[in-house]
Amino acid sequence: MSAVVDLAASTGVTGSLGAVAYGLAAIGPGVGIGLIFGHGVEAMARQPEAAGMIRTNMFIGFALTEALALLGIVMPFVFGK
Amino acid sequence: MGAVVLLARAGFKTPTTEDFVWPCITPHWRVGGADLCINRTVGLTFFTAIVVVVLFLLAFRKPNIVPTGLQNFMEVVVDFVRVGIVQEVIGERGLIFVPYLTTLFFFIFVGNVLGVIPGLQFPINSRMALPIFLAILTWILFNAVGIREHGVWGYTKMVCFPSGVPWPMYILVTPIEFVSTVVVRPITLSVRLLANMIAGHLLLTIFFLGTAYLLQPSITALFAVASFALGVVLVGFEMFVAGLQAYIFTILTAQYIGESHSAGH
Repeated sequence: MSAVVDLAASTGVTGSLGAVAYGLAAIGPGVGIGLIFGHGVEAMARQPEAAGMIRTNMFIGFALTEALALLGIVMPFVFGK
Repeated sequence: MGAVVLLARAGFKTPTTEDFVWPCITPHWRVGGADLCINRTVGLTFFTAIVVVVLFLLAFRKPNIVPTGLQNFMEVVVDFVRVGIVQEVIGERGLIFVPYLTTLFFFIFVGNVLGVIPGLQFPINSRMALPIFLAILTWILFNAVGIREHGVWGYTKMVCFPSGVPWPMYILVTPIEFVSTVVVRPITLSVRLLANMIAGHLLLTIFFLGTAYLLQPSITALFAVASFALGVVLVGFEMFVAGLQAYIFTILTAQYIGESHSAGH
């Protein structure tokens, strides 16, 4: 990762590549979590009796998707210098 | 990572992963090549274990038929694990796993909540040792259940060669299924818990250290109020994430056990 930072710095760009990495990594899970909760709310509105079951599965899906976004914030520390 | 932080005045030290490493309090104890000592993480892990044991002992020492007080509260949570997690996901055959899953849920929850308790303020699951150990326990458990239920070859066939797939597809499906079940599951389980706790601790540290840094007699004192308010909101969010991560770890463990027991619903 330092090679890319050096290359970027030589052309006048400085900063943290990890921040850019997290920004890119948060796009997919952002869309995904929006889809999960959107569909969950719609399902709960269509059938309020099933709200408990829908809420449970909604939170499971949210945690699985959020894991990918959090991998994005942790990996720069793992791979970085 | 060498983050370049541009501020009006130099001097704010952003928290890094070095802030998760604590110095040893006791002298080092060498045993068989390992270098052991007690630092803040280890001390807090012992504290979590003691809290969980004491909670259960106090609640269920002399159980009444009609529960009151602490027994009532603990019965609500035990029922939540028993009905909401185990019976929902595994079914009736899963009741043998309720003790382990209840302990797992409580231990992870108390360990995560330590991140917001004033004075302690360090989630023990933000160091990889504990999440990977719990994930390995889960891995041993669901593989052992599968092997005991179906035999070694039967379980391998169930994992690597799922039914209902035309046989030429096995060239593609078998490596993916094997890796995703045997290799990826413990990694994602542990990293999900670890990353949530690291991110939460870093967020709280940034906002409260930032409040202290901004509270200097200049225009930035106004922003210190905003930083503090956001920090307080994040404490509430961290409590929610603590419970959610404990719930997710437990329900995924239950789901893996249920899948090993009988493939598919």
